Amino acid sequence: MQTTEEYKITDALASFVEKWREKPGNLIMILHKAQDEYGFIPRKIAIELGRILDVPLAKIYGVITFYNFFKLEKPGKHNIQVCTGTACYLKGGIDIIEELEILLGTGINTVTDDGLFSIESVRCIGCCGLAPVLLIDGEVFGKLSKDDLPKIIADIRDR
Amino acid sequence: MATITLTDLKKLREDNKENENIQIIVGMGTCGIAAGANKTFDAFLDEIKVNNLKNITVKPTGCMGLCYVEPTITVKTSGQPDIIYGNVNNETARKIINEHIVEGKLVDGHIFENPAADIVNTENYDSDYKQFRIVLRNCGVIDPESIEEYIARDGYIGLEKALFEMSSDDILNEVKKSGLRGRGGAGFPTGFKWEFTKQIESDQKYIICNADEGDPGAYMDRATLEGDPHSVIEAMMIAGKCVCADKGVIYIRAEYPLAIERLEIAMAQSRELGLLGENILGTDFSFDLEIRLGAGAFVCGEETALLASVEGNRGMPIPKPPFPAVKGLFGKPTVINNVETFANIPVIITKGGAWFAKIGTEKSKGTKVFALTGKIKNSGLVEVPMGTTLRDIVFDIGGGIPNDKKFKAVQTGGPSGGVLTEAFLDTPIDFDSLVAVGSMMGSGGMIVMDEDDCMVDIAKFYLEFCVEESCGKCAPCRIGTKKIYELLDKISQGKGELSDLQKIKDMGAAMQKASLCGLGQTAPNPVLSVIKAFEEEVLEHINDKKCRAGKCKDLVTYTIDQENCIGCTVCARKCPVNCIEGAIKVAHKIDQSLCIKCGACFEVCKFDAVIVS
Repeated sequence: MQTTEEYKITDALASFVEKWREKPGNLIMILHKAQDEYGFIPRKIAIELGRILDVPLAKIYGVITFYNFFKLEKPGKHNIQVCTGTACYLKGGIDIIEELEILLGTGINTVTDDGLFSIESVRCIGCCGLAPVLLIDGEVFGKLSKDDLPKIIADIRDR
Repeated sequence: MATITLTDLKKLREDNKENENIQIIVGMGTCGIAAGANKTFDAFLDEIKVNNLKNITVKPTGCMGLCYVEPTITVKTSGQPDIIYGNVNNETARKIINEHIVEGKLVDGHIFENPAADIVNTENYDSDYKQFRIVLRNCGVIDPESIEEYIARDGYIGLEKALFEMSSDDILNEVKKSGLRGRGGAGFPTGFKWEFTKQIESDQKYIICNADEGDPGAYMDRATLEGDPHSVIEAMMIAGKCVCADKGVIYIRAEYPLAIERLEIAMAQSRELGLLGENILGTDFSFDLEIRLGAGAFVCGEETALLASVEGNRGMPIPKPPFPAVKGLFGKPTVINNVETFANIPVIITKGGAWFAKIGTEKSKGTKVFALTGKIKNSGLVEVPMGTTLRDIVFDIGGGIPNDKKFKAVQTGGPSGGVLTEAFLDTPIDFDSLVAVGSMMGSGGMIVMDEDDCMVDIAKFYLEFCVEESCGKCAPCRIGTKKIYELLDKISQGKGELSDLQKIKDMGAAMQKASLCGLGQTAPNPVLSVIKAFEEEVLEHINDKKCRAGKCKDLVTYTIDQENCIGCTVCARKCPVNCIEGAIKVAHKIDQSLCIKCGACFEVCKFDAVIVS
């Protein structure tokens, strides 16, 4: 989905760039900050950063697309991250994703039409003792079963 | 900024040793918080206020290792043994205050035994405990956001010794004497690594801590950083003194926000005391640290790929030699060790290499931390001396398999390792013995599987992981992972042929020999080990088109036993595609042409009437 929103370099990002400008190998740290600010890395921001740092856009996109963590598309307001590490996989992480797809009527790595939710499969988040787990807005829900999901979604929707 | 002297540091240590207060210590690592430890913490504070109690400290700590009963807490009263409570929710927390603290009665049903002895309290390994905590010595004990508590538990003694009593050669000798081998997976002797860097003359050298714990199903390093960040900082300084490096970088996964936060706090505290920065403790040794974030790439656990990532590039490996120890970050000699390796260092320097070498087996010294997960009753973080058997870990510490299921296999080494069957459970764990039986130590993920798990499916899972994580630079890994995955997928669909197995073996052998880095060289291990250990099960998929665990959906049919079905309609209502026909009290039937094999009917049937075949 091509976004029509206008993105400008925020003050926080600008001062972060200034702080890191002279440090070698700063690109990934700056991209992290950019994603912190916007939830993803908008194309316009990538172009701007290239100009400010004097780095070719191709290099910036090379780095963004290499790493799983960086996003090029805006996630839903609540991004649901389902862990598919080994323990969660064994204990039904994939079933959780399938159930979420049914509940939200959207596929993995896409955003619901109202922009509220997106589903993402993520690598081990290190709560294997609670498998299967998912993360919504940084909050961890563990020892899940498919039946827990409607309530979780409803609670988040009401926030 | 006033920096402290050696005398100040020693005084600080003594001043903080005793705590007369009753302490309630709440496990607040990521899993504790996920299980509701924040609410538990607040409940304690509130109930103490309500009862107007004095002289009680409530404080957070890192992972206690009992992940299966989070939130966990410890009640410490001076002169009495510590009591560990598990599954402590809001209500239980209030009960603990009212009964344990006020009335002096233990709260039944929530008490758990201390699983491990730790090095600060015990001079030598005590066989009464299966577990012995060196790396995790402070996890679950100290407040990770308090440098004073770290110092009080013998923290920064290693640094003191390294700066005032030992030459850089002495430090190296102790590390070599300890026999410590890298805990990231490969098991390279740490002392030799340091020696390579130490020998080289250079205007700049670096110490890097690899905290990019990417193995799915492993979280030892996260727990260490969340529970005891100073141990890693201290170790990196000792390494810096040893090899003459004054800069350190901690490369950590962005997916570990709590660990990053606690590291930042710890670094700021050390800086404020002058334990990090210029002229540490008044000596001519200076050292500073910086955090660099990873961004989700398994291959960045490989040293040269990690360096590329710290330098801000795509994390692709380059051929070795030159090794990073000689030509590393920005072309300068660099020591790279992982979190667990570093966490051992302060203890080795404090107690001596010879002491450390007494623990473990002939060629693998010390302890190893495992993240014990999967189909296991007591999943959690365990630290055992090298040489402990898998059986002790799975059945004794782990409590065996839940729900009366049968043990099938234990997987170690993650996407680079292999599966071990019942026959290998008595293998004493060390770096070499695990390789000898077809797996590897890896970083410490230990995943237990039961009879419901399909080994073809597991092999496919790991291969799929490697397909996604292959950086694409060298052909054997880029193409090999994909092709083997496709063959496995074919087998799981019941379209496999016998010749496919040979193809997998041939391609696997080629990948092991010809891939550029460790990722590609080890990526075929899980599938090759499955073919070897579970040949019969793999052949069933190919010859009989049968998946005995019922995981490979294309090979499974769900039918309803007409005798057992009482017509309760639960399954028909649960079926997402409405393909189950039948009225109340009439035996139901599944329309096979519509069935999507989701297994929902099987899960809900209470009368064993749904049959998987």
